[in-house]
Amino acid sequence: MKLIYEKSVKGRCGVELPSSDVPKAPSLPGNLLRESAPDLPEISELDLVRHFTGLSRLNFSVDGNFYPLGSCTMKYNAKILENVAALFSTFHPVTALLPDGEKFCQGNLGLLYDLSQLLADITGMDEMTTTPMAGAHGELTGILMISAYHRKKGNRKRYVVVSDSSHGTNPASAAMAGYGIITVPTAPYGDMDMDLFRKAMNEDVAAVMMTCPNTLGLFNPHIREIADIAHSFDALMYYDGANLNAIMGKVRPGDIGFDVVHLNLHKTFGAPHGGGGPGAGPVGVKSELVPFLPLPRIVMNDEGEFEVQSENLESIGRVANFFGNFGVMVKAYAYITMLGREGLIKASELAVLNANYLKEKLKKYYELPYDLPCMHEFVFSASRQAANGVHAIDIAKFLIDRNFHPPTVYFPLVVREAIMIEPTESESKATLDAFVVAMAEAARIAERDPQALRDAPVSTPVGRLDETKCAREQKVCFTG
Amino acid sequence: MSFYFTKDHEWARVEEGRAVIGISRHAADELGDITFVDLPKEGKEVRQSDAIASIESVKAASDIYSPVSGKVIRVNEALEKMPELINENPEEAGWLVRIEMTDPDELQKLMTQAEYAEYLKKS
Repeated sequence: MKLIYEKSVKGRCGVELPSSDVPKAPSLPGNLLRESAPDLPEISELDLVRHFTGLSRLNFSVDGNFYPLGSCTMKYNAKILENVAALFSTFHPVTALLPDGEKFCQGNLGLLYDLSQLLADITGMDEMTTTPMAGAHGELTGILMISAYHRKKGNRKRYVVVSDSSHGTNPASAAMAGYGIITVPTAPYGDMDMDLFRKAMNEDVAAVMMTCPNTLGLFNPHIREIADIAHSFDALMYYDGANLNAIMGKVRPGDIGFDVVHLNLHKTFGAPHGGGGPGAGPVGVKSELVPFLPLPRIVMNDEGEFEVQSENLESIGRVANFFGNFGVMVKAYAYITMLGREGLIKASELAVLNANYLKEKLKKYYELPYDLPCMHEFVFSASRQAANGVHAIDIAKFLIDRNFHPPTVYFPLVVREAIMIEPTESESKATLDAFVVAMAEAARIAERDPQALRDAPVSTPVGRLDETKCAREQKVCFTG
Repeated sequence: MSFYFTKDHEWARVEEGRAVIGISRHAADELGDITFVDLPKEGKEVRQSDAIASIESVKAASDIYSPVSGKVIRVNEALEKMPELINENPEEAGWLVRIEMTDPDELQKLMTQAEYAEYLKKS
């Protein structure tokens, strides 16, 4: 595979510019001029088009293949959502902040207002901010609001409690907000150990952060008890909504004791992600936290018009420019209204059904450390294969040769040789069955020919990358 | 030389009255190829079980907890260029920090080599 610089031929050009018919402008001062021409590739238009079309074909995406990347909810994103978002793309968000500007963007503001109402309804929260620009950004926003809540009440809180199977962003967000972290280990039943949790709780705890269902795909049966214990110390319950795709319309975090929720619109609500975004991480809160919501807030006045509220001394302030990633919100709004209540419920039901189907079909080939009915995802261990020298990463790489995106591997950390699979609701039974065949084949090869798996992938433009060398000896510049 | 181990797989041994800290062979093998080590500044004061360093491998990023309380008096600077020293020799060349202990009795709360081996068998 050649870089575009390697395809460059001196003197070749993709465009023919007409000669200039305007007088030449005076030259810039010498100290502002570069000494030599920039080193740009010289290439014809056709070669350029072929180069980038070729690269795009190498791209692995959910539009091309099954993408069961656990914890990421790589569902298919309907193309109509892109079209809807495009309808809103011509409006500049600064309009809303100009004098009288709100009048000219009532539709946009109304969409944000309605979306926050819909999300609040789905999660059982009282109010929602849509400004945070990703899940972890939402977490930080939520924890900052919790911190503001305790400060106002005069509570001296120092710690945030997390589970050892939590998303790494949970302790990271709490630490960024200035809290110490108390980690509670997972019990053999697959959830936070209740005895250790009770011991961890005290007056110094500001919040308990939970993912429910958790990263093992298990819904915590003690969740109400956990919330009651937390509230008895005036610690708030934080819901990491990364796994909301399992429970839409079935249970609302706000109804089971959670005070703060963040969502990942790019996971659950139809906006594409992967490759770094863009995302959106709205945060919902119960009424006692509403004063601390970030700015700007969109409110409806008595005439039913939408207004932008930019000042509020109790607010934690601004967390993003303008209103956050607006395009993602348009897609989420379109997704929710397109599916409706019944559609969202069906989506969650199918996501859970697909996960349980794969788990049951595959558990004879792979160790299932927590053999319980799962929600939208589940975690195998490649420990059986590891005994024969084949590791989770080898199985992941082999799946690429069978045109499947690898599942998440080595996460959660509580499972050795973890293989974390999340099929989502998008996939047909035929696709799931094909995946079962490939996973079963990997298990068979692991017994007979372990080296073949260690050599995978063999069908890709580049074979197995040396991840250690990549990390230790980074070369990020092309030096021709 | 006697090693003392924590449940989180760090070790400590005493050299000229100071504690040398590192991670166990088991931990190094479990982490896989280590790519980056974030060490504390010399002079940093730590309490037993405080996070003292973090290690990134191709599989995960992990906090390292201090087996003893005291002041960091030296860090293993070689790890900056050669984090693989931890994989190659976690109990010698792959040491992390040297600590001036404030309470050497804390070592007695840790596991001996034999107890640690037993602990690994059970977990």
